[in-house]
Amino acid sequence: MSDVKISGLHKTFGQVHVLKGIDLEIPAGEFTVLVGPSGCGKSTLLRTIAGLEEVEQGNILIAGVNVNTLRPRDRNIAMVFQNYALYPYLNVFENIAFGLRARKMPDSEVRSRVHFAAEMLGITGLLDRLPRELSGGQRQRVAIGRAIVRKAQLFLFDEPLSNLDAQLRDEMRGEIKRLHQDLGITMIYVTHDQIEAMTLADKIVLMRGGVIEQMGAPLTIYERPANRFVAGFLGSPKMNFILGDVINRGSSHAMLLTDGETIPLPQRSGGWGQSIVLGIRPQHLERSEPITSVNEVRLKRTIEIVQPTGSRTYITINIGGAQCIAETESMEIGRPGELIELSFDLSHAVFFDPISGAALV
Amino acid sequence: MALNRRLNLFGRYILACCLLVFFVFPIYWLFIISFKTPDEIFHFPPVWYPKNIQFANFSVLFKDGDAISVLNSLILAGTSTVIAMVFGTMCAYSLVRFKTGGENFAVWVISQRLMPPIAIIFPIFLLYVYLGWVDTYGGLIILYTAFNLPYVIWMMRGYIEDIPLELEESALVDGCSRWRVLWKVVFPMARTGLFATAVFTFVFAWNEFIFALVLTRTEVVTYTVQVTHYFGGQSNFWAKIAAMSALGTVPVFITVSLLQRFLVRGISMGAVKG
Repeated sequence: MSDVKISGLHKTFGQVHVLKGIDLEIPAGEFTVLVGPSGCGKSTLLRTIAGLEEVEQGNILIAGVNVNTLRPRDRNIAMVFQNYALYPYLNVFENIAFGLRARKMPDSEVRSRVHFAAEMLGITGLLDRLPRELSGGQRQRVAIGRAIVRKAQLFLFDEPLSNLDAQLRDEMRGEIKRLHQDLGITMIYVTHDQIEAMTLADKIVLMRGGVIEQMGAPLTIYERPANRFVAGFLGSPKMNFILGDVINRGSSHAMLLTDGETIPLPQRSGGWGQSIVLGIRPQHLERSEPITSVNEVRLKRTIEIVQPTGSRTYITINIGGAQCIAETESMEIGRPGELIELSFDLSHAVFFDPISGAALV
Repeated sequence: MALNRRLNLFGRYILACCLLVFFVFPIYWLFIISFKTPDEIFHFPPVWYPKNIQFANFSVLFKDGDAISVLNSLILAGTSTVIAMVFGTMCAYSLVRFKTGGENFAVWVISQRLMPPIAIIFPIFLLYVYLGWVDTYGGLIILYTAFNLPYVIWMMRGYIEDIPLELEESALVDGCSRWRVLWKVVFPMARTGLFATAVFTFVFAWNEFIFALVLTRTEVVTYTVQVTHYFGGQSNFWAKIAAMSALGTVPVFITVSLLQRFLVRGISMGAVKG
């Protein structure tokens, strides 16, 4: 169990600057998820920590040791890959034992470690099989088993669940979380799936274009996004963004939408600019009940699309020229073309600068 | 309808048999001559099958020491194949994984293979005379290796490109050095391609004639050169030619038969990605 410290890390591929000065501290035993859209540099960052990419500038310290020039095998890390990376010509036992054999571990120790890992993952009955005789989920378990037996100081996961179907992904996600709780090893996990990030992480590191946009506990980032990108990336369906002009209303301000609707704005010490983007999550746009809060905003809109999912229903409406989604209880909510009255509590809204995208506190 | 289908099938069988005879008969004829007496060889009408199978034509090759040329061919082709495979695979790995020499280096390498051997045989002969390498195993092994390396590099490059990079990276993280990755991951993964390439490399060296003709005298004469010794100005020794040719065909036949399943898969893999 080791901590990881990364400072001023840069990486370029030809003309492309992939990592632009990454600073990151991961305490020992923490489950950190690197998340972001394709090409944001999250996998490159993970591979650089693993030693599969060279450090051009900056430092990586694992357990206080600078590993910049250490070869991957000397970093005492284990890595689980997206495509499992199982050797097709070795059976499950030998696949799991591969790393131990490479380190010339005595046979008795190899056996006991492989059986321990297999039992932990429920694959004891598969040890004699070849990878091609396994299902996707079983293969991923074998790949995780290969990491477990190493007893490494750091676990790295590179999108390990993206090749699995949705049901299996949910199951394996739970297993990885349990594994972290049982082993208590520092884990760094790369994914582009924000649900994986939210459910697994002690800390989320959200990246875009080679820089860290925001990091912190999942709920903190979810509730208080640093900018519009972060707000839009986390959450499904994603946050609704509504653009409007700021108008004076005597001592207070309000937001004038393009459709003429006004939304009162809370007091802000720095004042408001000329225009503003209001962000509201779909689950906070609710069917109107009798007014319970002074901050409540009510809107009457025409239903454009209805998407029932079973437990919840997504309704698409237009607010101030923006297509917005409201997530409501599944009940008879009407048909497209009918009117619906929705409301949201302003305390749930987040405001952004329309140009920089930064959240306005 | 059923009759038509049966006729169709019958026609196909007839065609298949004709093709089989067309391709197999020369081989049959080569082997059968080697078992005939001189009278049977020159008899007209031809003797399709000898009354008594006799091995005199072979025993004379062994008695005169001519059969040693098959052993020479085996040593030269075998050794040069092993060396070319080892170095060629390492070169191919380097080309694929480290982009050694840039993107077009592999094309330059294979272009060496396009050069007709006859174009360089004279300077090589002079060089070999100067170095004292004429009529030595070492001299021919170096030459055969040099000629087979581009082929091995080109072929193995295709097979290595097919190996998922993650397998190697996983091994590197798990504790392997690059050499161990080559041995424990790349070789097993490219096994089919390795065998297929090795067979062709061996066959090229086995059938090589022009270098062996010019660069050997008496010590390391290969079987291909030995056969030419039986073409005389006055007459040709058909019995010896057939027997020596048969001796030279058998090792390749055995090799290809044993590795047939790798050959078929290896060639088809190479066909998809080359």
